[in-house]
Amino acid sequence: MVHQHFMLADNLTVTENIVLGAEPTRGMVIDLGEARRRITQLADQYGLDIDPDELVEELTVGERQRVEILKVLYRGARILILDEPTAVLVPQEVEELFASMRELTQRGVTIIFISHKLDEVLEVADRITVLRGGRTVDTVLPGEVTARQLAELMVGSELPTPEVGEPTVTDRLELQIESVTVHGPDGRVVLDDVSLSVYGGEVVGIAGVEGNGQTPLIEAIMGLRPISSGVLRIGGEDATGWPTRRIRDAGVGLIPEDRTTQALLLPAPLWENVMLGHHWNPPFAKGMWVDREGAVRRTEEVIASFDVRTPGPDVPALALSGGNQQKLVVGREMLAQPRVLIAAHPTRGIDVGAQAAVWDQIREARRSGLAVLLVSADLEELIGLSDRLFVIYRGRLVAEVDPATVTAEELGSYMTGAKVG
Amino acid sequence: MRSRLLLSLLAPLVAIAFALGLAAVVLLAVDVDPVEAVGSMLDFAAQPASVVSILNRAIPLYISAIAVAVGFKMNLFNIGVEGQYLLAAVIAAWVGAQFSIWAPLHVLAILLVAAAIGAGYSGIAGVLRVRRGVSEVISTIMLNFIAVGLTAWLLSEHFRERIPGDLNIKTPEIPATGWIPNANWLLEIFGLRPPNNSELQGFIFGAALLGVIYYLLVWRTRFGYELRASGISASAARVAGVESGRMIVRAMLISGAFAGLVGMSPLLGFFHQYTGTFPVQLGFNGIAVALLGRNHPVGMALGAVLFGFLERSSQILDLEGIPKEIVTIITGVIVLAVVVAYEVVSRVVQRRTIQAAARAAEARPVPQEAAV
Repeated sequence: MVHQHFMLADNLTVTENIVLGAEPTRGMVIDLGEARRRITQLADQYGLDIDPDELVEELTVGERQRVEILKVLYRGARILILDEPTAVLVPQEVEELFASMRELTQRGVTIIFISHKLDEVLEVADRITVLRGGRTVDTVLPGEVTARQLAELMVGSELPTPEVGEPTVTDRLELQIESVTVHGPDGRVVLDDVSLSVYGGEVVGIAGVEGNGQTPLIEAIMGLRPISSGVLRIGGEDATGWPTRRIRDAGVGLIPEDRTTQALLLPAPLWENVMLGHHWNPPFAKGMWVDREGAVRRTEEVIASFDVRTPGPDVPALALSGGNQQKLVVGREMLAQPRVLIAAHPTRGIDVGAQAAVWDQIREARRSGLAVLLVSADLEELIGLSDRLFVIYRGRLVAEVDPATVTAEELGSYMTGAKVG
Repeated sequence: MRSRLLLSLLAPLVAIAFALGLAAVVLLAVDVDPVEAVGSMLDFAAQPASVVSILNRAIPLYISAIAVAVGFKMNLFNIGVEGQYLLAAVIAAWVGAQFSIWAPLHVLAILLVAAAIGAGYSGIAGVLRVRRGVSEVISTIMLNFIAVGLTAWLLSEHFRERIPGDLNIKTPEIPATGWIPNANWLLEIFGLRPPNNSELQGFIFGAALLGVIYYLLVWRTRFGYELRASGISASAARVAGVESGRMIVRAMLISGAFAGLVGMSPLLGFFHQYTGTFPVQLGFNGIAVALLGRNHPVGMALGAVLFGFLERSSQILDLEGIPKEIVTIITGVIVLAVVVAYEVVSRVVQRRTIQAAARAAEARPVPQEAAV
């Protein structure tokens, strides 16, 4: 198995990394000479060009990947699983990787290549199996399908019909981002020149395969990640570079994508969770003090209005089921009366009943004039709730589609880069 | 709720029983009757002079534990309380000896100097963590070494009072306006008559006040909420708009300010000058007391008194021919046992609350129309 994120010790050499855990020994000493000999032999045999004495921290990303592959081969593996191996590579390195893969398969090694990039799959695979929602959808041969047909298999041909009802969109521009570019910690562009506006009373959906810039988009809006260039406006005011607290005070609510690590303090009582992110404002605070009574009252309101099943506001959040936790988070953001709501995967990992309740809440909020930016991987959710729908791919908004008329094939093609808008 | 309180009291009791059991085994191994040994420790501790001594030892330990607990509450490990209080004590002792003003103001001025020095010194570790990513564990350990050296250097080279014929290295004595009067009357209320030369240090009220301040700060203020939220989940706190860097620096400053006050009870209540015999190790023992008391203001007070008792009563063991190091072993075992016992008990509590919540969810009728 070759992981998407490399599992290498930077301060060791290539040889030391490869033999780690399976060191050839002579008595109590590691026989590095023997290890180097075997690695060189493997590298020659499979055309994986590498200097066994180089420190891993000196290597390029492509070379590191070769080390990962050698690590597996060194242990005698005959089946390689490559998880999104091209995600971190530049195009030229991708070509090199494909050349090595062909070399390996010719010598009888089996490779399972996991990717959502259709052109790569079509180029390198002998057989393609499409998975959706944990099930095998179909197995096809690359010569017999087009990228579009693959895309349709990936997304499913049956798209739900939109059920947002009458448009309620107003002319109040609540959230606007203009040509926003964001860089990752490693300096790569993770959000590339994205422009987007959300008006009061509308839901704007962002569709895309995960890892294509959704998280940087949310973090840039929330002030959690610096914007390299471009402008963020909230209610017409320039909010570029504001700290998170000021953005929240300007009326931006957030349903974070990861409930347990970003939205909740699991061992803390519910009322302390309802405060989180609003704790400097009434009814949660009186000057420098926490207003317990106010917080508990608000929590009881959330519990009653959003049907959170709990013995009371004092139980720790970890005692609730995922669905009830999520209803608590949604309720906390709604009752703070935001002007903009960023909803990231708002129904991920919760039961059907809670899912329907959360959807109802979002529709209700839209009717009452809230501007909602909905980021999700669930197409049913996106088409069911959105007034307008954008597709994000490799950090760019590649297309705007009409949720009422879009076909699965079209959506899938944009999401996988098979078609560029 | 009441069963939870009961369970959280259960943890330290189980731990102490376990530790005593283990200590009994150790004592039996060296051919000592454990019942007799504990009996003589308790008898000795009940004497008025011992009560005074136990409380006097507990006061600085308690403040030290608070200093550590402030950091613990947001997963910061201030191992540097030791260095912070020693440096603060020597500088405050010297500054306090330079002037004499109206007594309450004089005492207050010395306390403020000590708190400021402690905060400033601890703040270095906070800034290093935020700006340079240096683990506060490592930087505070290193700062301890520096503080010990710095204290010795300041004392011998700059603050030393040279009296012909006196070979003791010490700072000049603080004028009587800077002394904290004893609190023996408190003992007399309880019918204890302390022997002539023993005094209960008056800063016991200061320690109690600091305990209240600690409680209000951590559990009642917005700052304390952000502190605890950051400790529970740094990522959730960040998303909620809590700036982690600023919180780390503020937490280290506050922890250091408490640490600066650790040495004030012995300094202003007994020594009145910084000398070579000034108590050390209070910072490290404070870590153990904070663990023992689970960062709770009352728990740590009990822990500090327990430590004071063990230290004091170990003296009688020597007279009975029992190695007093046995007490050090018991102390270590108690702390370890509490940590383990608390973990076990909190898992039981957690399982119970989850079950209770699940029952509550089932008991309610099927979802009604969601209403806003």
